[in-house]
Parts: sequence; C-alpha cells; structure tokens
Amino acid sequence: MTKIKGVSGASLLVAAAIATQASADQWSDKFPHIKNTGDIAGECSYESMSKKDYSGQTLTINTHAVPVMGEPTALHAEQFAALTGAEVNVIHTPAGDLYSKAMVPFQAGQAPYDIVFGFSNFIRDWKQYLEPVPAKYVNMVQMKDVTQSHIDVNSWDGQMIQFPIDGDRHYLKYRKDVIDNPVYQEKYKAETGKELRVPQTWKEYAEMAAFFNGWDWDNDGELEYGSAEVMKKDDLMYAAFFSRSVAYSKNPRVKGGFFFDLETMEPLINGPGFVEALTDWVEATKYVPPGGINFGLGDEINSFGGGQTLFSFSWDDAFVAAMQDDSPIKNKVGAAPLPGSERVWNRVSGSWEDTYNQAPYIVWGWTAAVAKKSKNHEMAFDYLCFFANDANHQADIAIGRFGVNPFKKSDFKAELYVERQGWDPEIAKQYAETLMEMEEGSTNRVFPLRVPGVFQFNSAVATGTSKALAGQLSPQEALDEVAAEWKKIVKRIGPDTIREAYAIGVALEDAE
Amino acid sequence: MNFKHKYLFLLPGLLVLLAILIFPIGFTVRLSLSSWDSFYPALDFIGIENYVRLFTDDARFWEAFGRLSLLSVTTVFLQYVIGFGLALIVWKEIAFQRFFRVLFLIPMMTTPVIMTVIWRTFFHESLGPVNDILSHFNVAPLWLSSETLSKFTVMIVEVWQWTPFMFLLLLAGLLSLPKEPFLAASIDGAGPIRTFFYVTFPLMAPISIGAIIIRLIEASKIMDTVYVLTSGGPGTATETSSFYIFIKGLREFQFGYSAALSLTYLIIMIISFTIIAKLLVKLMVRGN
Repeated sequence: MTKIKGVSGASLLVAAAIATQASADQWSDKFPHIKNTGDIAGECSYESMSKKDYSGQTLTINTHAVPVMGEPTALHAEQFAALTGAEVNVIHTPAGDLYSKAMVPFQAGQAPYDIVFGFSNFIRDWKQYLEPVPAKYVNMVQMKDVTQSHIDVNSWDGQMIQFPIDGDRHYLKYRKDVIDNPVYQEKYKAETGKELRVPQTWKEYAEMAAFFNGWDWDNDGELEYGSAEVMKKDDLMYAAFFSRSVAYSKNPRVKGGFFFDLETMEPLINGPGFVEALTDWVEATKYVPPGGINFGLGDEINSFGGGQTLFSFSWDDAFVAAMQDDSPIKNKVGAAPLPGSERVWNRVSGSWEDTYNQAPYIVWGWTAAVAKKSKNHEMAFDYLCFFANDANHQADIAIGRFGVNPFKKSDFKAELYVERQGWDPEIAKQYAETLMEMEEGSTNRVFPLRVPGVFQFNSAVATGTSKALAGQLSPQEALDEVAAEWKKIVKRIGPDTIREAYAIGVALEDAE
Repeated sequence: MNFKHKYLFLLPGLLVLLAILIFPIGFTVRLSLSSWDSFYPALDFIGIENYVRLFTDDARFWEAFGRLSLLSVTTVFLQYVIGFGLALIVWKEIAFQRFFRVLFLIPMMTTPVIMTVIWRTFFHESLGPVNDILSHFNVAPLWLSSETLSKFTVMIVEVWQWTPFMFLLLLAGLLSLPKEPFLAASIDGAGPIRTFFYVTFPLMAPISIGAIIIRLIEASKIMDTVYVLTSGGPGTATETSSFYIFIKGLREFQFGYSAALSLTYLIIMIISFTIIAKLLVKLMVRGN
C-alpha cells in the first residue's frame, strides 16, 4: 500500500493567489508530468483542485498493480494529495482479483475502499454498491468531451455509475513497413495471386499471417511470425474470441441480441457465426509464435510491440507500446478496424448472407467508481475528476505502460500524436481515424456482455474456446459445451433477471 | 480445584478452537447449502442442490480431480526418490557437507509464486532461454502449450520446489537412526545395497510414510504453480481440483457452489489419505 500525505491545500491556494495569474507553467513546474501542456483550465484542473482543502481526510483507493492503471492512480494520488492536503492510500491488486477484492467487502456491507478500480463490465454486479456520479460531474465541460460510447459504457440505464477514465476497444494492428512494402507486395502476389493489403476479412488476415509466419522478414536475424493474440485461458481470451466473432455474427439487419436472443434468452454462442470464428481461431494457432496459445495480454503486447509478429488485435496497449520512443518498430505500424467477413449469419432466416460485414467491438476497459458506503464521496469524485482532467489525460495517453487510452473527442486529433509523441503524421492520422470511426462512424457495434454473473458466462467461453484451441474439442463441440453451460447459468440466475440487464446493452446496439 | 474450575480454564482454548476451526467449517457447510453468488449474496437455503449438481452435472470437477491425482502421486513419488537420494548423499561425512545441506534446501525457501514466474520465463516457448538453447539442436518443445508436455512442466516445477522438504524430513530421519543395526549388518558382511534395502529403508519406513503423507496433503492443494504457469491450460490440460474451486469461487463468485466443492474435496481427501496411509504401512512396514 502506498501512503501519500499532502501539504495543506490552503497553503497551495495562498501560493497560487500570490502568483497573480494561474498560468500553465506554474503547475507544470511543480508537476512535471504535465510539462507538455501545463495545466488546462477546467472544473478539475490543477488550479481548481488547489482551491479544495481536504486536510485531515483520508481517501483509500483499490487499483490495479503497477504499471497498467496502477502507476497513474498512484501518480495522480500523489498530485491530489499535494494539491488538497488529503491523505491518499493506494492499494495495488492484480487484475484477476480486482473484482473479488471489492465484491467481498461490498457483499459484507463494508467499505474498506472509497474508490474501486475495475473493468467496465463489472457494472451490473457492482452497481448496487456504487454511488452514481453526481450531476455536477456529469454535466461539467470535461465530461462533455467524452464520447457517447464511453458515456454508455460507464452508465446503466441512462445513469452514470462509473467515472470515465479510460477508453478501450479492440482494433487491428499491423506492420505497415511490411504490408506497404512493394517488394513484399510483389512476392505475395506472385506466390498467392492475391493483393497484399490491410486485411479486410479474417480469411485475408489468416492468409497473410500464414504467409509471413516463421521467417525473418524484417532482416533482424530473428524469426518473425504471423500474429500475436491473447489465447491463454482465463487471461481475457474471451474478449479476443468475441473480437473474431463479431464480423460473422453481428448482422446489422437482425436486432435483438448478439450473445442471446433477447426474447427467448437462448444463447447464440454456438451459432454458425461463432463456430466459423472459432474455426478461424483454431487455424490461427498455426501462425502465432511458438507457445502463442499460451500468450496472455502482456505476452501479446511484448510480442507485437517487440516486432515479433505481422499482426495483432486487442486493446490499444500493443500499438502504443510499438509507437514508443524505445520501440524497435516505432513508426512502422498501422492501425485499422477489426477485419470483417465475406458473409454474416442471419439467425432469423437461419442462413448465411453473402455480403461483406464488419462490426466494431467496444470492449470493456478500465474504469473507476466510488463506493456507496464511502464517507468521502465528494473527495472521491474530485479525485477521479482530477485523474481524468485534460492535462493529466493528455500526459497519460502518451505513456504506453499507463494503460490509459483515448476516450475523449479531443483525443482523436492526429496532430496531438505528431506534436507530443513524435508519431509519423500518416500513422497518427490513420490511428485517430480508426478509433474515431469505431466510436462514432459505425452503425453495427457490439457492446460487452454486462449481465449478472458476467464472469460465469465469460469463464465458460474461456474454458470452451481454450479446449478448441488445445485440440481437445472441435469448434462446434466446444461452443455447444459453452452454450449448454450458459443455459445452466441463465436457469440458475433467472432468465428474466438476465434479460432485464441484457436488454440495456441490446438497446445500445439496436439504436444504431 | 473442583470440576467446574477445570472447564473454566479450558474455556479460552475451546473458544479459540471454535473461532478458528469449528466456525469456518460450520459456515462452509452452511454456505454449501445456499446459492450465494455475485448476484444473490445471501445465505438462502437450497438444500443439497449444489451437491446434486456436483455429482450429476459437473464432469469438469472430476476430470480435474483425476488430473490432480496423477500430478500429486507422480510428483510426490519423484520427490521421495530424489529427496531420499540427496539425503543419503549428505548423511555420510562428505566434503562441504553443510554447504550441500543448505544448497539442497534453497528451492523450498524461495517464494513459490515468484519461482513459478521465473520457471514460466525459462519455459516461454518463443522468448525463453530453454528453447533458445534447444533451438541449436533444432528442438523446440511446447512446454506450456502442449496438452501432454504442460503436465510434465508443472511436475518439473513442483518437484524442484518441494524435493527439499522431503530431503529435510528424510535427512532428519536418517540422522536419528540407531547405529547398532548398521554395525550388525556390517559384521554380517552386508554391502551398501543390501544394507540399504534390509536396514536403512525398513528403519526409515515410518518416517517415509509420514513424509509422503505430508507431501501428498500439500501436493493435493497445488494451485499457485498451475495458476502462474498455465492457468490450467492449454484447454483444461493442467486444471486441478483446487484451481477449479478457485475459479468457481473467486473468478465466477459462486460461493455456495464452491463451498460444496471444497467440502466434497475435503471428504474425498480424508478418505483417500486414510486408505493411502494404511496401504503404505502395509507395504513399507508390515511388508518388511
């Protein structure tokens, strides 16, 4: 646990008052983290926080382990303590235990933490223990800059429960220096008769990944491989599977549920679209690096970010890691939407539609919330607001290991990345456009499953798909097993209870 | 002091026992009869529904139990053989005897989770040093992602970590053996192999049984190695009972059901170890 005790906020206020103008330089001198931007005016800016006085009060935060999200939590806690005089205790917890570490005291009626960090898909199970975000924060200018997708992700039935601090989505990352290389384009054409381009479908992805698998295509003396993916059981692999499934299974002409048929609450997870995706994924075990079937998220980031593979898809971190100054492949990578498919399953007609389909997966990501039983609601919300203020946010998204990614409209400007992070203008433009398109351009998005017992559903997917990847079961058998398990979970928790919660996510998808 | 006073003095101890042993077990029993989960956090009463589910509709638990049996029996057997061998080496007066005794204990003194992370790094199939070395011989075993080999990898880590414990107990046993039977064997002209099989091994049987049972109890709880090394994968290839109970309890938050799993597992373990202990006594002591 990190204990951070601040100097009096009042003394800083006095200092600020003496310096007749609250300039950006004044705050960036004290807090070098925001040296690129200085303080940016707003409700929760450094200037505004310095006017608060929380001396003698203690804020306790449960967050993720360092560095991802844990490091920025601790850094902003230190800054918050210095500005307001509060004492801030930061407790770091491994990702797998974040849910239970908060849930156990929640269920016992205890409030050991004022703020809990977690994933946004915890919302249904956690919401009754969390304090909704007060209107004054929801309506502030800082919040108006948050994209609608991330307002939705952090809200339940129109009420904001979690505070937006991060943005997450799955998208394709590829080696631009290979895909755009005329020599390789010619070689690929000669050997396969096809164009080497940013893959538009998962089939193209597989063909290119297989072609570039197991040889030294970047002449660094090491073997390179086709794709790095999160395939390790129980290490967020189910999210990777859903990313591969959306193109085959999310039909924009069919409303009423992606994971379940909302009317009957029958699982759709073993439908032909999902089976096709899992078949592709099993095939992918042939073009991942040796041991790739055991890659967790960290391995995926290191593998693609370290220049080992042609492709990758998951959260932003692998891309940001690849574009950091110390990366061997800085300015050699590209971002694109997740590949699509040449056909999409129509569960109503019970047949494939032979038409191109693509669907962004707005996967869950980091978020934070204030415990209902906390006695420090105002201070806790001020901390979260300060965490996500414009100056902190812009500094945070430039540091890959922080795990803070774009979720504000102002983040999707290419010049931001060119000027502050030294990205190639073309790559920055492509990155910003890809993310923005997913946020606001698509009308066929899939939102994460957010229902009671979400972990039971996701755990069943992880077990079933990992059996298929390991060759223990065929894709159809594996997903039949998952569907059978899902039915049992629905029966245990109650179809109406699940339906009520699932309808909220379906409404977001169907409103498009 | 009358009879009542005796009970008064026993009371603090009994209360502590109640608090740390009886209450948790009693609460687990009660929990196992409820449907407590993330959605419904309450001690409702659903009878033996969780147990019915376990015995009629949860093949995964029994598969995990089979895997656990294989892993624990194999690793404990290997630990016993290697540990006994090492103990015999440093039992006699050899050069650097103290150094070797400490050296052999080092794995046991390290933190299992940290060491497993290091082993995982060693065995990382594309970035780890083991395959890097083996690649010079055009060999690249899939230590963590092959269904068969991943079990072997878990065994390697377990044997490395816990052989010192076996070594420690067996060495203590060897050092406490009486000298007379060895003198008698020597006078009768027995060589080292006959002495081992007819004197050392039978004399060590009670200690060996104790050491094996202790290690079996510990090995049957194998969790951290699996969690860090493979997460039970690939597929469910290395998933053990305790890891499965962990998933149901602290990943899926099915507290009621995981309590039923834990109690069933506890009862199976008690019965199994009773039978194993009797078999070992029969084989190693009475067989003599």
